[in-house]
Amino acid sequence: METAITIKDLNVFAGKTQILHDINAEIPKNKITVILGPSGCGKTTLLKCMNRLTDLYPELKVSGEILINDKNIFDPGADISKLRQSMGLLSQRPYPLPMTIYNNIAYALKLRGVRGKRKQSILVMDYLKQANLYDEVRKRLREPASRLSIGQQQRLCLARGLAVNPDIILADEPTSALDPISSRFIDEKFQEIKPHFTIVVVTHVLRQARRIADNVIFMYMGEVIEQGPATEFFENPREEKTKSYLEGMFN
Amino acid sequence: MKRTLKAEETFFRILMNLTTGFILIILGIIIYSVFEKGMKAMSWEMLTSVPSGGYYYGKGGGILNAIVGSLVLAFGATILAFLIGLPVALYMNVFLVRRKKLVNLIRFILDLIWGVPSIVYGAFGFTLMVFIGLQTSLLAGIITVTLFILPIMIRSMDEILRTVPMGLSEATYSLGSNKSELAFKIFTRQSVSGIITAVLLSFGRAIGDAASVLFTAGYTDNLPNSLMEPVATLPLSIFFQLASPVPEVQARAYASALVLTVIILIVSLFSRGLGKRYHKTKINF
Repeated sequence: METAITIKDLNVFAGKTQILHDINAEIPKNKITVILGPSGCGKTTLLKCMNRLTDLYPELKVSGEILINDKNIFDPGADISKLRQSMGLLSQRPYPLPMTIYNNIAYALKLRGVRGKRKQSILVMDYLKQANLYDEVRKRLREPASRLSIGQQQRLCLARGLAVNPDIILADEPTSALDPISSRFIDEKFQEIKPHFTIVVVTHVLRQARRIADNVIFMYMGEVIEQGPATEFFENPREEKTKSYLEGMFN
Repeated sequence: MKRTLKAEETFFRILMNLTTGFILIILGIIIYSVFEKGMKAMSWEMLTSVPSGGYYYGKGGGILNAIVGSLVLAFGATILAFLIGLPVALYMNVFLVRRKKLVNLIRFILDLIWGVPSIVYGAFGFTLMVFIGLQTSLLAGIITVTLFILPIMIRSMDEILRTVPMGLSEATYSLGSNKSELAFKIFTRQSVSGIITAVLLSFGRAIGDAASVLFTAGYTDNLPNSLMEPVATLPLSIFFQLASPVPEVQARAYASALVLTVIILIVSLFSRGLGKRYHKTKINF
């Protein structure tokens, strides 16, 4: 099994409190890895370390290594824009850019370097179709994206995330704010596209984890308690904490 | 327990209504007196001609010089302050997002200089003019008023840009954008209506201030025709007319005040409309 992301001795401090303790983990390529754990255990922080969104928060001090293609993303010389572009992000709540539906995707395409109106317009339609949004918005492409419903906005964000042509998709509880139909679509979409992408999904919903995970990283209080293939994790958990979590003791 | 809560609520509701009413009454009195006294002296001639020889003794002419002068000066200063202020506010909120202490220091300093009386700006502008060898002129007035409204412009834009959710920055960065793109393409669009309000607020201050233009823009009975010549402004025109012993001229001061009020009203309605149009493009939560 090929590894896409290797995390070595990752520690994150927020001021004096340590949020992540010595994280060591491997995320396999072209699989869905679910980072599972109760609220406030550092899942989102771990995810944000991977595309260095932690840089935005001055109170966070990060040490350790995250290797992608054998390159440490925390190297001073690392190209952050390129790194982030190689990862699509789907956040908990959708954040459409303050522009039209069409331009939300065209903007991502421009950043990726796609030039030419015709080419852009073909690709915009294509990504909207991939996110199962095209039929709903076909007639309102020039309307502001904020007029879409939350579920539609999240699918737009998915389309936008795919439009930068990433290798990795980071999703932070992508379905927690969505209606059941949109959230099922997102789960199914992940299954469908995983041969081409490494997908990392943060969730605290056990059912969702069981449904989509190939690989699980279970976290508790800022530490990785257990990680491994999903079948093993759910059927034969090694650690006590995992067992009690799976039995629903923490929530 | 329930009763005291209810009593508290009633108390504060009454208090709120009283204070709001008080403010509205004062505003009403000001507007009423301006209209009441101003309308008497208002005439077409006042709006369309410059002062003739004996204008300040009650003879013919109007305040067109001051109307045009004020508009030119305020628009000039607002545009200049906008061009300087927007990048500063964006810089504070996008580039310095990790330097919270520094940003707070800048905010504190801006708030301090916001509070500096405009006559101090006038005096400062005057020394600056002497230093660079500029005479009382439209240009000197624009520069001084720009300095005067700049803190207002920056801080009101800053307050709006602060409300842009972190998630939007994250989403934009994760597409591979750099900071300038985030600032100019995303932050500005997300905050259009707030930025318009900031510009309006600054314009109101620019057109209504007398002290900062007293030494710097000077006064003239002519229409402005060059950046290097003195220019008349409405607040100073009101001041001069009000200081006259002739009752007709005093009444014209109220007419001038009425003109100033109406200009501010028109500009504010216009920008509200503009803001509303853009407001729809903001994210609904």
